[in-house]
Amino acid sequence: MPNQIPWLILIIPFLSFVINALILRPFFPRQHKLAGYVTIGAIGIAFALSLWTLSAVTGSPEHKLDMESFSWLKIGNLNIEIGLLIDGLTSVMLVVVTLVSLMVQIYSQGYMHGDAGYIRYYSWMSLFTTFMLVLVTSNSLLFMYLGWEGVGLCSYLLIGFWFHGRPGAKPGDAVGLYAPANAAKKAFLVTRLGDVGFLLAILYLFSKTGTFNIEALGEAAAVKGGVLAGAAVTWAALGIFAGAAGKSAQFPLHVWLPDAMEGPTPVSALIHAATMVAAGVFLVARTMPIFMHSVEAATVVAIIGGFTAIFAASMGLVMNDIKRVIAYSTISQLGYMMVALGTGALAVAQGADAGKTQAALVGLAVTIGIFHLFNHAFFKALLFLGAGSVNHATGTFDMRLMGGLRKHLPWTSTTFLIAALSLAGIWPLAGFWSKDEILAQAWEHHRLVFFLALITVFMTAFYIFRVYFLTFGGKYRGGEAAAVHGPASIARPPSHSTVAERHEAARSHDVHPPTLHEAPGVMVAPMVVLSVLAVISGWFNLTGGFARLLGEEEAGHGIVSGLFGIFAHPLPWISLVLAGGGIFLAYAMYSKKWVSAEAVGRAFKPLYALFSHKYWLDEAYERGVVSLGLIGGFFRGLAFFDSKGVDGAVNGAAQGTAGAGRLLRRAQSGQLQLYGMAIVVGIIAVIVGVFIFGA
Amino acid sequence: MEFNFILSTIVFLPAVGAIIIALGRGLSPRGIKLAAALFTLLAFGLSLSAYFQFDSAPGGPLFQFREAASWLPSINSQYHLGVDGLSLPLVVLTTFLGIISVLISWKINLRPREYFAWLLLLETGILGVFTSLDLLLFFLFWEVELIPMYMLISIWGSGRKEYSATKFVVYTIFGSALMLVGMLALYASAGTFDIEALAGMNLATVHTVIPLAAIFFLIFMAFAIKLPVFPFHTWLPDAHTDAPTAVSVILAGVLLKMGGYGMIRISVTLFPTVAKEWAPLLVILAVGSVLYGAAVTLRQTDLKKLIAYSSVSHMGYVLLGIFALTQVSLTGAALQMVSHGVVTGLLFAMVGVVYDHSHLRDLSKLGGLARQMPVAAVVFSIAGMASLGLPGTSGFVAEFVTFVGSFTSKAFDGIQFYTILGVVGIAVTAGYILWMLQRTFYGPPQEKFAGVLDAGGVEKVAIFSFVVAIMLLGVYPAVVTGVLGAGIAPVVRLLGG
Repeated sequence: MPNQIPWLILIIPFLSFVINALILRPFFPRQHKLAGYVTIGAIGIAFALSLWTLSAVTGSPEHKLDMESFSWLKIGNLNIEIGLLIDGLTSVMLVVVTLVSLMVQIYSQGYMHGDAGYIRYYSWMSLFTTFMLVLVTSNSLLFMYLGWEGVGLCSYLLIGFWFHGRPGAKPGDAVGLYAPANAAKKAFLVTRLGDVGFLLAILYLFSKTGTFNIEALGEAAAVKGGVLAGAAVTWAALGIFAGAAGKSAQFPLHVWLPDAMEGPTPVSALIHAATMVAAGVFLVARTMPIFMHSVEAATVVAIIGGFTAIFAASMGLVMNDIKRVIAYSTISQLGYMMVALGTGALAVAQGADAGKTQAALVGLAVTIGIFHLFNHAFFKALLFLGAGSVNHATGTFDMRLMGGLRKHLPWTSTTFLIAALSLAGIWPLAGFWSKDEILAQAWEHHRLVFFLALITVFMTAFYIFRVYFLTFGGKYRGGEAAAVHGPASIARPPSHSTVAERHEAARSHDVHPPTLHEAPGVMVAPMVVLSVLAVISGWFNLTGGFARLLGEEEAGHGIVSGLFGIFAHPLPWISLVLAGGGIFLAYAMYSKKWVSAEAVGRAFKPLYALFSHKYWLDEAYERGVVSLGLIGGFFRGLAFFDSKGVDGAVNGAAQGTAGAGRLLRRAQSGQLQLYGMAIVVGIIAVIVGVFIFGA
Repeated sequence: MEFNFILSTIVFLPAVGAIIIALGRGLSPRGIKLAAALFTLLAFGLSLSAYFQFDSAPGGPLFQFREAASWLPSINSQYHLGVDGLSLPLVVLTTFLGIISVLISWKINLRPREYFAWLLLLETGILGVFTSLDLLLFFLFWEVELIPMYMLISIWGSGRKEYSATKFVVYTIFGSALMLVGMLALYASAGTFDIEALAGMNLATVHTVIPLAAIFFLIFMAFAIKLPVFPFHTWLPDAHTDAPTAVSVILAGVLLKMGGYGMIRISVTLFPTVAKEWAPLLVILAVGSVLYGAAVTLRQTDLKKLIAYSSVSHMGYVLLGIFALTQVSLTGAALQMVSHGVVTGLLFAMVGVVYDHSHLRDLSKLGGLARQMPVAAVVFSIAGMASLGLPGTSGFVAEFVTFVGSFTSKAFDGIQFYTILGVVGIAVTAGYILWMLQRTFYGPPQEKFAGVLDAGGVEKVAIFSFVVAIMLLGVYPAVVTGVLGAGIAPVVRLLGG
């Protein structure tokens, strides 16, 4: 049964979790290296099996493996089966998830070296990978929901990894001590709001069709005048999209992702850049047979995506924390993917390609979005790993304390530059290809969204090269030590220390000013691998191979004509000019300083304030909705009502009864038991009941 | 079957243990605890063996392990025991919590003889409720449970313990009185107390002394107070908060389930027409309990009170499942009873662990305890995740099945809308659970907790058993759904659908 091999891809990382959590954690020293080896070994095997799966799927006639299902729960007419759906989309996701995870686990050996929670870290990372793989392989929405909530749990645990406070946070540092735990809770709750919509959509679809199976739901949606015709498919799609928007941090549920940067940086690279946040995009792609039958839902996806793209990019322009800029970039790029899926669904829903098979239509709608997800996973994970390496060297994430790192961190700065160019969409790097296709598709099917996406191209290039020049260009501004002691006393701990030790050292005046070191080999190697992918991953679709794998029947062309033929169209020229302009502006402002960034900030003061305060949305949510509206006002009122109103009435009645009892007792001068008293009450109730219900 | 008294043995084993402990003057405190553990363990083992012998194949006998003996022939009341697919899992749950509650009482040193005697007697009372097939016997066991509860809360409790104990008793007796009147009215109309016989005759066609709906509500009131349903819930936070840990575990774990069990066994089974007619009102009350309970829970700052209020919310799902009146929804409600039994049992056990070690329950004073209590933090988190319905735990299966059942129900128009409101409740649940975990375990470690120890040997046995049960039900719910389904199917047939 070679076809059942994909089950192993789920089981092996889970075994790694079991070994880490139930054997290594209780019975080995807390920082034992074995945890990393076990995890890397397990995920390495999963990666190899994923490659096998990809080739098996590519080689099979319908790009799909026959998988067996089994019954999990049977109650009356409810029969829930668990099974895998291994097709082109899934096999691409399997490779992305296991490859990025493998790189991140290798890198983490260096980054998490010496952390007291080393084994705990690898336990959660293994569990995360397991749930992520469940999510992408499931053939039913319900089993997918298991993976969906599971990755959410692991995200919660890893954002709050330093739940006692950031490493080295000092007593009294209210932000540093509580931020990780708060961020974790916020992430879980905001995504759960979206999940309510997803769960309702699952229930709704089941009530209409009697199945959770994704393919069966797709077939039901395709039936003209069927159970899902008309508004039903739109409601279902919007419910699903609510879940997707929560997970993929789309407006207005985006607020959790920037805060999620409190987690260790490799976590940000894997979970909050490459895989889990892309799960929302994957979900929409997976349920594309539903979305593509609703013009309304497709339009909502496209507009939310386009708006999120430009909205998040605007905040990325002004952040000083390197991870936060990249986080806003992630939100923005996920918006691009939603644009791709929304306009793809619109293309089908408007009947642009009538006459094709269902599989071909789905392929047409999802290819571009998933292609961008694929490219983005590599260059964005690389950006985060680069940020982690910078932090490893300087002890800070604040770009105002960095600068001049190009000399000291040659590998990091070079790979970061490649990733930045890829993100900015410079030919012929990966990001260029998918972004160009998104713009072309948006132009055809939704002009407003097209212009939002086009402006974002400029902003993207600007903010990422602002990061690049601030971090790697110019002169070193002292790192963490400068923040602690002021720029005058620059103290540098050895770079191979733990985060906690570094902070400890930074506080100590005895440390000699050391030199900035490049990260160790285990951290550099994964960055190099990812930087190669950040260049070439875009080439997989030059001959249309990626599109064919996902079902689209696109006419292929040669590599050379694919590589250069693109310039026969005007659009790539426009986007390249915009991206180049963004890079040049960043160069002018942050490298050459021909234009003063402060002067620009003053000139656009209201805008600057708006962006840097994140449109005051966090405050609005927290103070307005949560504190005043719900907890402070309504819920507090209910709690008061409960203790004084409901309970008060009961106590009042009890006192009244007791008083009556005392009177009766006096009248009869005998013992009246509580019991008998209650029976009297009961009989009164009977009489009342007779009156109410009629005889 | 060669051994015909297995149910009586299970029911009365704890009572025998209670008598031996009460009269065995020579027993040391340790001996008392060992004796209590032995008797509850035997009861648990026997109930498990009954569970595995139970025949849940379709078309099999409904009530099994039946025992009938003449009791009060003058009023046609029998000593009639038996279990079906609905009650048997609850019997197992009760005996499971029985042994656990003994284990987590290991440190009780105040009058241990009386404490363990009352604790075991309490178990017998609850087991009797779940196994009685005669209304009068049912009522008798329903009342038996009161006295031990009163004693356990008022002597071994904390805070305003006498107030809480009295409140609990008055509330329950108020409900019981109404129930007794209802049962007498039923007897006066139908001439029997036998539940099977009553279910077999269509009460809607019987001339009743007072309207059928009035009988229904008289009996229902007792269950609504027990479950509890808003606005009859205010005894619960007080009783839970002031009860000793083991009693809170039993109270939340199985005592509340007597209400849900009664609703299915008596309210729905004997009065299907009334249940259908009044379903809209009761479903609204259910969703009200869910949302109101969750909202009030969010405002609690006492760890124990927080968990107590969360029960109001979670029991709302039971009511929703019952009065959505479908096979799936009723199974979901029964699953939720079992699941809530272990999940909230564990939550209260964990509150006990935290309180025993830190001497604090006030969330504004706790914090950072994960450093000192890593095992407790993990187990508490697992219980919390199950409570907020994370897939892979029993809580998710129970809530999801309930939602599927009520969303696809045709009990009345608009039930989908109420189901949606119920689903919204899970977001609020996540809010208070995560807030509670954060306030207890996260944040900077505090100096005042420097010497606090993690959960110890006996505690670990108890809490890990809960974790295994939660995971087993969450990953492989078929271990219980097959049996529950066998009990629910006949009820659904009575409803005519």
